[in-house]
Amino acid sequence: MEFAAQIGGSVTDGLAYLGSLTSLGARAAYYTFIAPFKGKPIRLQQTISQAMQVGVRALPILSLITFFIGLILALQSAYELRKFGAITFVANAVAISMTRELGPLITAIVVIGRSGSAFAAEIGTMRVTEEIDALETMAIHPVDFLVAPKFLAMTIMLPCLTIWANSMGILGGALFGVTQAGFFFGRYIRASLDTLFLRDIVTGLIKSVVFGIAITAVGCHEGLTTGVGAEEVGRSTTRAVVVSIFLVILVDLVFTTLFFFLGQR
Amino acid sequence: MEPRDDSKLEAMISLRDLRVNYGEREILHGLTFEVMRGETLVILGGSGSGKSTLLRTLVGLQRPSSGEIWLKGKNLAVISDAEMNAIRKRIGMSFQGGALFGSMTVGENVALPLREHTRLEEPTIEIIVRLKLDQVGLAGFENYLPSQLSGGMKKRAAVARAMAMDPEILFFDEPSAGLDPIIAAGVDELILELKKAFHMTIVVVTHELASAFLIADRMVLIEKGNIVASGSREEMRSSAHPRVRQFLDRIAEPEVLQEADYLQMLTEDHRAAGRSMTQRGGV
Repeated sequence: MEFAAQIGGSVTDGLAYLGSLTSLGARAAYYTFIAPFKGKPIRLQQTISQAMQVGVRALPILSLITFFIGLILALQSAYELRKFGAITFVANAVAISMTRELGPLITAIVVIGRSGSAFAAEIGTMRVTEEIDALETMAIHPVDFLVAPKFLAMTIMLPCLTIWANSMGILGGALFGVTQAGFFFGRYIRASLDTLFLRDIVTGLIKSVVFGIAITAVGCHEGLTTGVGAEEVGRSTTRAVVVSIFLVILVDLVFTTLFFFLGQR
Repeated sequence: MEPRDDSKLEAMISLRDLRVNYGEREILHGLTFEVMRGETLVILGGSGSGKSTLLRTLVGLQRPSSGEIWLKGKNLAVISDAEMNAIRKRIGMSFQGGALFGSMTVGENVALPLREHTRLEEPTIEIIVRLKLDQVGLAGFENYLPSQLSGGMKKRAAVARAMAMDPEILFFDEPSAGLDPIIAAGVDELILELKKAFHMTIVVVTHELASAFLIADRMVLIEKGNIVASGSREEMRSSAHPRVRQFLDRIAEPEVLQEADYLQMLTEDHRAAGRSMTQRGGV
């Protein structure tokens, strides 16, 4: 009985958490899409600097990681495919799993590590040093000033990064294809592109947009609810990373299931 | 203290039976007092007395659980966010640690409320920023980052930002906390100058006695969420009230407490400790 009560408690806590993320997202959406028509322009400068931070600065590490992931995928699928003498299908395997799944997922995880944690730490520190309170006493809404630009930057940059990650992954696979599977580089790329339908790329991008929203919402929410003291900032940052990873996987599961059944028809 | 003429005796802020709760714990137990136009009111109290909570409530960062706060004809306890924001544009607040935005220069910090709430041209804003910084003795520091300033300069910059919109009321949270005596005296001087030059209504929360007696027209002593005493400097200094005397003469709390009080302290005081703002008191 007590066990059931505990489960019930965790479920309502989880739902309440999702509720507060949603209301944060809704406020940010208001300041991004509705307020500009009421004479409060979006904060272009902050959005661009956030986009630089979230997107452009993530390129080197993301390129390296997804290149390796592509290579690993090629190695792993070749291990099985060569038993059937179908090693040339490596290109298909890498291209499909990168664009549909690993491109968006790995990008999201890299961005959580770089930016989700940074959002929580930045906003959490501002909470501790009373800067959030200062914004409010100046009649500036913290969501308008801090959170909305992050949402906008993230929902634009994450799909862009994902496209980049997809290509780097395919390049990683090409390294294996050229050296071990007897492809010419151009042939490999052609084989990859021939396998892909627009649908594969679009489903990945849809996921990445939702990932971006989830990461920003969790990072900013954790930052805004930081308690008093420096150690609380550390706690918020950790929570932001853990919760974001969990949410991203959950969203991934939901959307992949959805696309699976939609794709059957 | 110069005698106040009757025309100035108009309440800027009046509190009636103000109560504030954090969760189930009541922090302020029904405060009633007034802040007159043009006066400097010092709210004195020890750590955990509820004085910081009172200040947060006055600037609308904390909603009262009951009672009324009348400010500019509006009751802060019941007004909407939009109305509260309208009032916030007419008040300024200087936070304990300055609360300057670390990613912006001092000039940008001061310019922020102007850029957000006015349609002034950029050159005009620059002039206002220079003027405000000059008023707090920081002329020429526009392009410094807050991290490049000393504690006292940060506090001055925070005052400049609080004054950017020419507020009618200025609030100070622990203006001399964490400053050495000379710098702290400088901040006190600044508050006195502001009062003299702009006839601003000023509310200061502090536990620094020397500073309080220097700047105050009137004082309110708060203890455990209740008003213990209030009055002018002279009235406070000559007060015979035991708690006032204890505070002013800096006598430590007696070790042995009443048994019931002690039990109450054990069971009550630590319950809401975690996130309670009262813990910030004298940090």
